[in-house]
Amino acid sequence: MKRAWMRAGALAALLLGAVVDDAAARTVRWAASGDPNTLDPHSQNVGTVTMVLQQIYEGLVTRNPDLSPAPGLATSWSQEEPTRWRFNLRQGVRFHGGEPFTAEDVVFSFVRAQQPTSNFGIFVDTIDRAVAVDERTVDIITKVPDPILPNKIISVYMMSKPWSEANNAARPQNTRAREETHTVRNTNGTGPFRLAAREPDVRTVMARNDAWWGWQQQQQGEGPRGNVTEIVYRPVASDATRIAALLSGEVDFVLDPPLQDLNRLRSASGTKVLEGPEVRSLYIVFDTFRDELLYSDVKGRNPFKDLRVRQALYHAIDIQAIHRTTMRGQSVVTGTLFPEQVNGYVREEDVRLPYDQARARALLAEAGYPNGFSVTLDCSNNRYINDEQICQAITAMWARVGVRTSLKAQPIAPFFAQIQRDDTSVYMLGWGVPTLDALYSFQSLLASRGSAPGDGIWNYGRYSNERMDALIARMKTETGPARQAAIRDALRLYREDVPHIPLHHQMIPWAMRSNLSIPHAANNQPYFRWAVMN
Amino acid sequence: MAAAAARFFDSDLWWSFSRSPVAVLSAVVALLCIGGAVLAPWIAPQDPFDLATLNLSDAFKPPAWAEEGDAGFPLGSDDQGRDVLSAIMHGARVSLLVGVCAVLFSTLLGVSVGLTAGYLGGTADALLMRIADIQLTFPSILVALLVDGVVRAALPRETHDQIALFVVIFAIGISNWPQFARTVRGSTLVERNKEYVLAARVIGLSRLRIMLTHVLPNVLGPVLVIATLNLGFAILAEATLSFLGVGVPPTQPSLGTLIRIGNDFLMSGEWWITIFPGVALVAMVLSVNLLGDWLRDALNPRLR
Repeated sequence: MKRAWMRAGALAALLLGAVVDDAAARTVRWAASGDPNTLDPHSQNVGTVTMVLQQIYEGLVTRNPDLSPAPGLATSWSQEEPTRWRFNLRQGVRFHGGEPFTAEDVVFSFVRAQQPTSNFGIFVDTIDRAVAVDERTVDIITKVPDPILPNKIISVYMMSKPWSEANNAARPQNTRAREETHTVRNTNGTGPFRLAAREPDVRTVMARNDAWWGWQQQQQGEGPRGNVTEIVYRPVASDATRIAALLSGEVDFVLDPPLQDLNRLRSASGTKVLEGPEVRSLYIVFDTFRDELLYSDVKGRNPFKDLRVRQALYHAIDIQAIHRTTMRGQSVVTGTLFPEQVNGYVREEDVRLPYDQARARALLAEAGYPNGFSVTLDCSNNRYINDEQICQAITAMWARVGVRTSLKAQPIAPFFAQIQRDDTSVYMLGWGVPTLDALYSFQSLLASRGSAPGDGIWNYGRYSNERMDALIARMKTETGPARQAAIRDALRLYREDVPHIPLHHQMIPWAMRSNLSIPHAANNQPYFRWAVMN
Repeated sequence: MAAAAARFFDSDLWWSFSRSPVAVLSAVVALLCIGGAVLAPWIAPQDPFDLATLNLSDAFKPPAWAEEGDAGFPLGSDDQGRDVLSAIMHGARVSLLVGVCAVLFSTLLGVSVGLTAGYLGGTADALLMRIADIQLTFPSILVALLVDGVVRAALPRETHDQIALFVVIFAIGISNWPQFARTVRGSTLVERNKEYVLAARVIGLSRLRIMLTHVLPNVLGPVLVIATLNLGFAILAEATLSFLGVGVPPTQPSLGTLIRIGNDFLMSGEWWITIFPGVALVAMVLSVNLLGDWLRDALNPRLR
C-alpha cells in the first residue's frame, strides 16, 4: 500500500517536474546587487526601483529600445500652444486590477507626482496642471514653455485613481519618515508584467500580463517579440555569489557583473556578455563656495576657488590608466558633462586637459602652493562601477603632484547624506540623464542653488557663475538652434571654468545565459518586454 | 654574558631543540617572517602607504617569474600598482603587532585571575572560575565580533578608526584569557600547599608577595607554552576579523585585509594578490604553532 502511494507520488513529481520545466523555459531569473527599497511609483527616483517598476507601470510616453520616446499610454501628442501639450490616450487599456484606464487617472497621477513626498519633482517641475479635456484627451499646461516635456514624463508612471484612493495611497510614500503604505509592496499598473509576489530583499516575482496592448504590436512589428512569461528578481549582494549563480545556471541574467569577471563570463560556455555605453558620467566636484575648506590644511582661503588649482588637479589625472586598469577598458573617457546619446552633445567640446604632471606642479606653484596641500576626497564605495578603486587611484595621482589626499570611501547611504549636507571639500559623483537632454544635467549640477525650483539641487560644491545661470535660463525656454547655441556655449564654459573634473562615462556590461536575448539599454534599465528566451 | 650563552647552549632545551629538525625549520621560518615584518620599513622594496610611489600603470603585474612579470615586483602587484611583497611585509607587521599584544593582554589577565583564584580559593575562586566557564562557552571569534560590534556602534566613525587597533587587540585578548586562568589556577593549587609556600607564610610575608615572588615563577612554564600556541591563534583571529571587514582599519592593512581585498580578483586570474598573503599567513601561524608544540614537549619532563 505504502509502496503504491510512493509510486504515485513519484509519478506526480515527475509530471509536475515536466510542467514546471516547460514554464521554466521562459522564466527569466534575474539577479543584481541591490533590491528596490519601495514599489511606490512616485516615491524614489532611484535606478534599482525603476528597473523593477518599468516592467509593471507605464507612462503616457514610453521608450523604444534605443531609449527614444515612443507612444505609451498616449498614442500621440502635440504642442498645441507654447505652454499646452495635448495627449491622446490609448483606448481599451485596463489596469492589472481590472480598472479601466481613464483621463482621470492621468490627472490624478500628475497631481500625485507633484506632491511634496514625491521624488519625481524634476520631471514635473514645469507642469502647472493636467486637464482632462474628454475621456480620451488630456492637456498638460506648463508654467513656461517646456520643449522636452514628452522626454521628461517618460518617468512619470500612471496609477489608477480609484485603486490608489481605495488603498489610502493618494500621495507618494514618505521614505524619509519611513512610512509604509499600500503602494510600497503592492502595484497596479498597465504594463507587460504584473506583480505576482514580493518579498523585500528576497525575491520579486512578475508574471506576464497577456492583456498588455504592446504584445500585439510586437507581433505585427519588425522588432523583437518578447516571450518571457515570468520574471523572478533576486538581489544578490556578493559579486562572487552572483557570478557563481549565473555560471551554474541558477540565474539567467545579471545586471551588474563585476568587471574582473567579464573575461571569464565571455569565455565560459553557456554565458555571454552584452556591452554598451551607459548614460552616466563620473565627475570630481570641488567645493568652490566656502572661503575656507572644511577638510584641508590650507587655512584662510579656499584653493579650489583658484582656477589654476582646479586645472592642476585635472592635469594630474592619468585617465587612460584608470580606463585601462581600473575599468579594464569598460569606460568611455570624456572631457564633457554628458555622453553623446544626450541631446545637446557637442563633440568639439568633449576634450580633456591632457595628463601632464609637470604642468600640474607648475600650476600649483603659480597658484601659491609649491608644496601642495592636504584635502579629503569623499567617495561612495558601492554605487558606481569600481568607485572606490577609482578614488584610490586618483588619491595616488594627486599625491604624486604634491596634493596629499586622504580618501573617505563609504556606502551610498552615509555618503549621500554627508554630501547633501554640503559637508565635503571634494567628492566624486556619478550622474545619469534619464530625460536624455542637456538641461537635466546643467540645471541639477551647475545652476546656482535655489534660484528656481530644481536649480542646483545636486550642486553640492555650490558652483555659481552668472554666465552659466544665464545660459541655463535660455535652455529652459528657447527652442531649436537658439537652444542648441546656449547648450554649446554652456559646454564651452564648463570646459574652461573646470567646476568639475569629468572622468568617464560608464560602460555597462550585462551578463546572461546564452539562450536569453534582450536589447541593451543605455540607462541600465532592462525592458523585459523585448526579452526572448530560447 | 658569554657565561649565560654557554649555559643556554648547554641546557636541555637547546639540546632538545637542536635534535628536532621540525623545531629548527619552524624557528627559521618564524624568524624570517618576524624579521621581514619588523624590518619592513627599511628592507621592503616599496612603501605601500606612500601614495606618491604608486603608479596605476604598474597594476596587476604578475609575479616576477611569470611571463609578463616585472623584477621590481617580485610577487606581483595589486589593483593599485602596490607591490604585493611590500604589502605582505607591512601587513605582517600589523598582524604580528596585534597578535603579540593580544596574547600579552590575555596572559596578563588570565595569569592574574588564575593566580588569585587558585591561591585565595573559596568564594573568590568559585566566582572567577564561573566567569571563566561562561566565557569558555562562547566561541572566541564570536566574543571578538561582539566586542568589535559594540565599540563600533558606541563610538563615532572617526574615533573608531583611530582606536580600531586597540579594539581588535582587546577583542581577541578578552576572548582568550580563560585558558591561561584555568592552567595557572591548576598549578597554583598544587604549589600553594608546598613547603616553601608554607615557610613563606610562617615568616609572615603578605599574600600578594607570596603570590608574585614565590608561586608565580613556578607556574609560568605552562603559561609560556600556551602563550606561544595562542600567538598563532591570535594572528588567525585578527586575520578572520579583518577578512570579515571588522578588524583593523583599511589604512593599516593586515594580512587578513590583504586576503580579503585580493579575494575579489581570485576568480578572474589575478591569483597572486590573495594567494601570497595567504601563504605568508599560513607560514607564520604554522611555524609559531610548531614551535609551541615543540616547547610543550620539551618542557614536559615525562616526555624526555
